Amino acid sequence: MNHQFELPGSYKKWTYGLIGAGIIALLYGLIAFHPFTHPVNGDNVNSTRFWAVLLQNGVYWLLLVNASMFFICITTMAMGAWQIAFRRVTEAISSVMPIMGVITFIILMALVWGGRTDIYPWLDKAAVAKDPILLGKSKFLSPGFFTIWSSVILILWWLLGKKMRSMSLKSDKEGQMDYATGKKWIWNNTVYASLFVVVFTLSVASTLPWLWLMSIDPHWYSTMYSWYTFASTFVSGISLIAIFVIYLKNRGQLEYVTDEHLHDLGKFMFAFSIFWTYLWFSQYMLIWYSNQPEETKYFIQRIGTAEHVGPYRAIFFFNLIVNFLCPILILMKRGTKRNWTLMTFMAILIIFGHWIDFYQMIMPGTVHEKYEMMPFEFGIACLFIGVIMWGTGRYLSKNSLLAKNNPFLKESMIHHT
Amino acid sequence: MAGGIKKFVVGCFDDEKVLFPAVKNVRKAGYKIHDVYTPFPVHGLDHAMGIRETSLHTAGFIYAITGTTTALTFISWVFTKDWPLNIGGKPHFALPAWIPITFELTVLFSAVGMVLTFCYLCQMAPFVKKHHFHPRATDDLFVMAIECTDKTNDAEVQAFLQNAGAKEINVQNAETGWWIGRYDKEQKLYKEEKGY
Repeated sequence: MNHQFELPGSYKKWTYGLIGAGIIALLYGLIAFHPFTHPVNGDNVNSTRFWAVLLQNGVYWLLLVNASMFFICITTMAMGAWQIAFRRVTEAISSVMPIMGVITFIILMALVWGGRTDIYPWLDKAAVAKDPILLGKSKFLSPGFFTIWSSVILILWWLLGKKMRSMSLKSDKEGQMDYATGKKWIWNNTVYASLFVVVFTLSVASTLPWLWLMSIDPHWYSTMYSWYTFASTFVSGISLIAIFVIYLKNRGQLEYVTDEHLHDLGKFMFAFSIFWTYLWFSQYMLIWYSNQPEETKYFIQRIGTAEHVGPYRAIFFFNLIVNFLCPILILMKRGTKRNWTLMTFMAILIIFGHWIDFYQMIMPGTVHEKYEMMPFEFGIACLFIGVIMWGTGRYLSKNSLLAKNNPFLKESMIHHT
Repeated sequence: MAGGIKKFVVGCFDDEKVLFPAVKNVRKAGYKIHDVYTPFPVHGLDHAMGIRETSLHTAGFIYAITGTTTALTFISWVFTKDWPLNIGGKPHFALPAWIPITFELTVLFSAVGMVLTFCYLCQMAPFVKKHHFHPRATDDLFVMAIECTDKTNDAEVQAFLQNAGAKEINVQNAETGWWIGRYDKEQKLYKEEKGY
């Protein structure tokens, strides 16, 4: 069987269609929302909305494609051979990371160096000087540190990800490995994978969500926040992998991927949906229980109080239904995880659900109660989805779909759950 | 004793590669495999034997739901009706505080329930001695027990197993179940399945 994938016309049509729709939304935002005029005293909330939506989508989709590389690295380190049958799909998704990284970096720099105090209140030097709490955090929450740390992490992700991909691609050209070469090759992979995981821990699992998202409410803090962000993006990253695997399987590609592989992807989606809920609840319950004003502020902005319904209450509970109740009830059955149609549905639902999750993480601290779920928000999401489709499609059509010389390939072919 | 004494033809195999085709052929010939005892879990053997999917997890789900309802109803009755206490000024119906306990009871009910159900399905209990078809089934042999009916010609079955590559063959009489009913494994006749 030929493992070279020719991008079908419909794929390209969708890619350019989504990018086109996204660019229209972006242009509309640029013209109608006056994003470069700083909103004074809360008027022109659309300017804030424009940047908040860009921040939400940039960070969300960047972490989503990067989760794919994290998936490669943890399976490499755990000698998880089952994923080799669709290894190229995960590589293809992670290859979008540099493009996404550049886009998100531009957005972040525009926010930080453009002095957007409506998004990041800690940029306001005069206010920080009068505020002992922010003054204490000012070494960490400063434009200089923000820029340096973000760029260092993005460059490390890019370099280590590139190394992991190039090792896999190089093995295609070199023919079957003997025992000694294979062992050395696996060892090299393990070394780079573990380096990536260390960098990942220092970024997604700790500092980056603090810098990029939590600093929207600089007085508020939660020790669960980074894990929560990680769980959110990892489960949607797995869903994205599942969508591409199912798409390629439908196109008659990936001959060694069977129900068993889909089942395992389904298990990941199920398990990490529960993990996300666990973190969501841990964050909520601790704050609810200790009931300290500087902590409860975060939830009052969203759900409100007994007397006053918060503006985000519907979204907040919708988030919980889509990301917890649906996965636990639907994905629990073995049959569902082996059903290609239902898995597609669940993967799309989970990605959408966590997009909403990011929405409710960012909007209450920026545009407050004046949020709108309009075509603009979805248009910007389309732009990012289009870019992911473009980059993934490019990698899939340029390289063989089967990592044919990977020493673990046989194990993946006979994989059985 | 509900299970009763039955006659079995027992064949021992020492290679998985021989075992799988043997299972297939025995089923094709229409003999009823009572069970195959292996020293370790063999992937795909249950599938090859045509045993239906276990309903243990459905039972687990039902136990779990029972645990959830028990916890929620009991705690809410205690804290709202029976003995309302003011704890840190929280409302009496303080759902978030109950979630951890609800979770624990869910897990406890499903775990204990599933262990007991598993023991019943396998007809196991403390102090009950089960018949061993071959002591080396826990060491290095795959032991296949074929159930005989009145019509079964056991010499024929023995010859059949000999052909299939069994190393050791004998006929044994054994008690199959000790408790109400026997978890009867539903078996389908062998048919070629489409692969990928």
